[in-house]
Amino acid sequence: MATHLDDRTEHHSPKPEGSSANVPTSDDVRITTPAKVCGMGHRMKRKEDPRFIQGRGRYVDDVKLPGMVYMDIVRSPYAHAKILKIDASEALATPGVLAVITGEDLKKAGNLHWMPTLMSDTQMVLPIEKVVYYAQEVCVVIATERYIAADAIEKVQVDYEPLEAVVDPHDALTDRVIVRDDKPKKTNHIWHWEAGDKAATDAIFASAATVVEEKIYLPRIHVSSIETCGMVANYDKARSHMQIYMTSQAPHAHRTVFALVSGLPEHMIQIISPDIGGGFGGKVPVYPGYVCCAVASLVLGRPVKWIEDRSENLQADSFARDYHITAKLAADKHGKITGLQVYTLSDCGAADAAANPSKFPAGLYSICTGSYDMKAAHVIVDGVYTNKPPGGVAYRCSFRVTEAVHMIERMVDIMAHQLGEDPADFRLKNFIRPDQFPYKSPTGWEYDSGNYKAALDKAMTMLDYRALRKEQLEKRKKGQLMGIGISSFTEVVGAGPSKDYDILGIKMFDSAEIRIHPTGKAMARFGTKSQGQGHETTYAQIVAEELGLPASDIQVEEGDTDTAPYGLGTYASRSTPTAGAAGAMAARKIKAKAKKIAAHLLEVGEDDLEWNVDSFQVKGSPDRKKSIQEIAFAAYTNHPQGMEAGLEATDYYDPPNLTFPFGSYICVVDLDTGTGEIKIRRFVAVDDCGNIINPMIVEGQIEGGLTMGLAPAMYEEIVYDANGQNLTGTLADYLLPTAVESPKWELGKTITPSPHHPIGAKGVGESPTVGAPPAIANAIVDAMWHLGVRHIDIPITPQKVWRLLRKHGVTD
Amino acid sequence: MSQHEVSVTINGDKQTRTVEARTLLVHFIRENLGLTGTHIGCDTTSCGACTVSIDGEAVKSCTVFAVQADGATIETVEGLAAGGVLHPLQEGFWEKHGLQCGFCTPGMLISARALLARNPHPTESEIRHGISGNLCRCTGYNKIVEAIQYAAEKLGAAGKGA
Repeated sequence: MATHLDDRTEHHSPKPEGSSANVPTSDDVRITTPAKVCGMGHRMKRKEDPRFIQGRGRYVDDVKLPGMVYMDIVRSPYAHAKILKIDASEALATPGVLAVITGEDLKKAGNLHWMPTLMSDTQMVLPIEKVVYYAQEVCVVIATERYIAADAIEKVQVDYEPLEAVVDPHDALTDRVIVRDDKPKKTNHIWHWEAGDKAATDAIFASAATVVEEKIYLPRIHVSSIETCGMVANYDKARSHMQIYMTSQAPHAHRTVFALVSGLPEHMIQIISPDIGGGFGGKVPVYPGYVCCAVASLVLGRPVKWIEDRSENLQADSFARDYHITAKLAADKHGKITGLQVYTLSDCGAADAAANPSKFPAGLYSICTGSYDMKAAHVIVDGVYTNKPPGGVAYRCSFRVTEAVHMIERMVDIMAHQLGEDPADFRLKNFIRPDQFPYKSPTGWEYDSGNYKAALDKAMTMLDYRALRKEQLEKRKKGQLMGIGISSFTEVVGAGPSKDYDILGIKMFDSAEIRIHPTGKAMARFGTKSQGQGHETTYAQIVAEELGLPASDIQVEEGDTDTAPYGLGTYASRSTPTAGAAGAMAARKIKAKAKKIAAHLLEVGEDDLEWNVDSFQVKGSPDRKKSIQEIAFAAYTNHPQGMEAGLEATDYYDPPNLTFPFGSYICVVDLDTGTGEIKIRRFVAVDDCGNIINPMIVEGQIEGGLTMGLAPAMYEEIVYDANGQNLTGTLADYLLPTAVESPKWELGKTITPSPHHPIGAKGVGESPTVGAPPAIANAIVDAMWHLGVRHIDIPITPQKVWRLLRKHGVTD
Repeated sequence: MSQHEVSVTINGDKQTRTVEARTLLVHFIRENLGLTGTHIGCDTTSCGACTVSIDGEAVKSCTVFAVQADGATIETVEGLAAGGVLHPLQEGFWEKHGLQCGFCTPGMLISARALLARNPHPTESEIRHGISGNLCRCTGYNKIVEAIQYAAEKLGAAGKGA
């Protein structure tokens, strides 16, 4: 099978200046192995693709088991209502209907009507007293056929007494309407969190030459992966064994949660996360539907399938963002940024069901000083309940980093404009310098490496920034509106070091287990779970790099808790920083043993050997060598006396720090002064994700992430009416960009390796989703700043632009 | 619910099943015929994951009843590779990294094939409009466009239609 694309020469520009913590920045992808090995840096064609392009993928809805029955969910038509009565008699009398499960039933089955969230809050599985959000799961119906189950949910009669819903989080803070009266404290306020130094920041602001302030709302959005969520639960009463196929980004953690909640012994639960049709954070939480499906299988002793439809997915599954931000940025008389103050209200919905590390209720939001060196910062976030679905997942970002980056990149642009400085020059002046790394941020982060100037310089060169500014001025004279927006973001990914990072107490390490078979072929299993990121290819390349085995000879597996080593899963761009590192470390353990075997075979001391691509050779006599394949065979046939046979290793990698990918994006827009239409003329994205495993896959991750950054910037928003009804419950209302809206992205890169990661990689899947929205917003505001426009909340639609053009007398 | 016999020729095979009148074609293909390469991503004909070819036209099979397809010739992703040789579009998607999670891919391939059948040499803009009924959440579409350009070139060079 041809598995290698020609490595192409990348565009070369002058060597970037500066180096970070003795880590030089370069343009070149490092390749040390030949094409037949296909280690790091090769544009290897994806090993997973043949099944997908031939319709042979296996997603949860493709699983069909003998005797399988189907579950469907009765959902609430109210955002807040008392449940007076549930009458399932008509549904139960329908031929083919096997059972109806209510909250009362779950309570009797062992208080399963409530479940813990990842943030140590509680969430109803099925309600008994009241519903707290629109489309909330009320009860479930199980029937022999999918269509019969769908019919039967209409026949369940639920009597509600509607209550006033609190939809606005500011209103919720008044505690006029209490969302969670199950709690001892009758308040909607959930938590208060602070980072940074208040006194130092206050002092900075007291003496600042310039202060800018802005209210920024990051609206509720939805990941809307093309595959919705679903499960096949198969409880075998004879074996007391539960087998679960699940759309899960974190199958091991989910198994532990299932064991703790259900009381089933963990070794009798197998969770298989098969091919996953996109995750983006939406398949991290445990939803009520999953629990009900598993309970249904336990009760009936048969396989039960539940696949949510798109409306359920959009209306009830975990949302992202919903941050109401007030930010203030201070600068001294030289235009040097000195301090940042942020207050944020986090609308959590009806439960704090965010997917953050346990100690971080607002995720990694305090990274919000971004790429800029400043003296002090202070951040406050309050979490509040409202009558909306619970959540707070990522939408393809690492734990609230997008909110942080959007805020700081908007504020920096506002400050630059306020001071009359060019936004690029203002950034260049305020960047953390390469020689400041490792950089300690005012809110306590230690950035591992960076060279922000190199990335912005490259982006500016790629589109001739100065010429565009001239063009903009000339256009303005003619009444034409053109804008240029920059975003120079710093990401924080790869959670995380065990001293600080855990989910429900489970430390956020990740793992790899590699077995080399006697014939030199290998199996490598990981604790993460790809949802399209290409792990079957990139992990194989990491192992190939370390051991010289061709990547095509390494079978990568993830997602089956019975076979893969324990790990925390794939989200927050953590797979390469954690499990990828584990893969390299496990391979190095194997290599250490291989060296002993080679010394034995070659009858020399270990010190006499050196490694060369795929062999240990005797120093000074390169003809005397043993390839990794020969060594593998010997590990089973001719290993040294006293040594264990076999050639395998496991590694649980606890990262010493997070990684800090970065980049600079520049967006050029033209606005139609008559209609408000926004045309993205060019979008240049320079990313630095450290060392690159597969440039083709990195480009794919970046392009996809950019379109997912465009989406909330211009199209997507989950909208509720005053009663908490979701008005955007289908893909006809909730607008995902198509190939027409999505521009032709122009990519560039710099490479500044992570100094602490075994292969110098940082993670890349989410940087563009984080970095793109402020570049677009900054460009649109930049086009209208001279009219008096300071800020526009995303999504920035033609209608919003048109209203502003009218307000400022540009159009009538 | 009334039952109806539905016969289709799917990927060259004649298949007959008896189904309810309301059975959607996508369910007929996936559940009754066991061809799970065709996917379901929404309920509103928005996403295109369920796109199949009906008598040569790309159609979203979630919005067609199986009974409406009675007598039709249907092609799904499983039928694209003739005699075990990948179709140039499949090859292009693999070669150009035109897929990530793979969920939208079958529908995208079928739409792209219908596009190339009616317009063998599409411009980039025509490709983008031609697949605008198919949503992809992973790739950002650039590499899908490149994959279709690759196939158009290859088919053109071979003097073949899609």
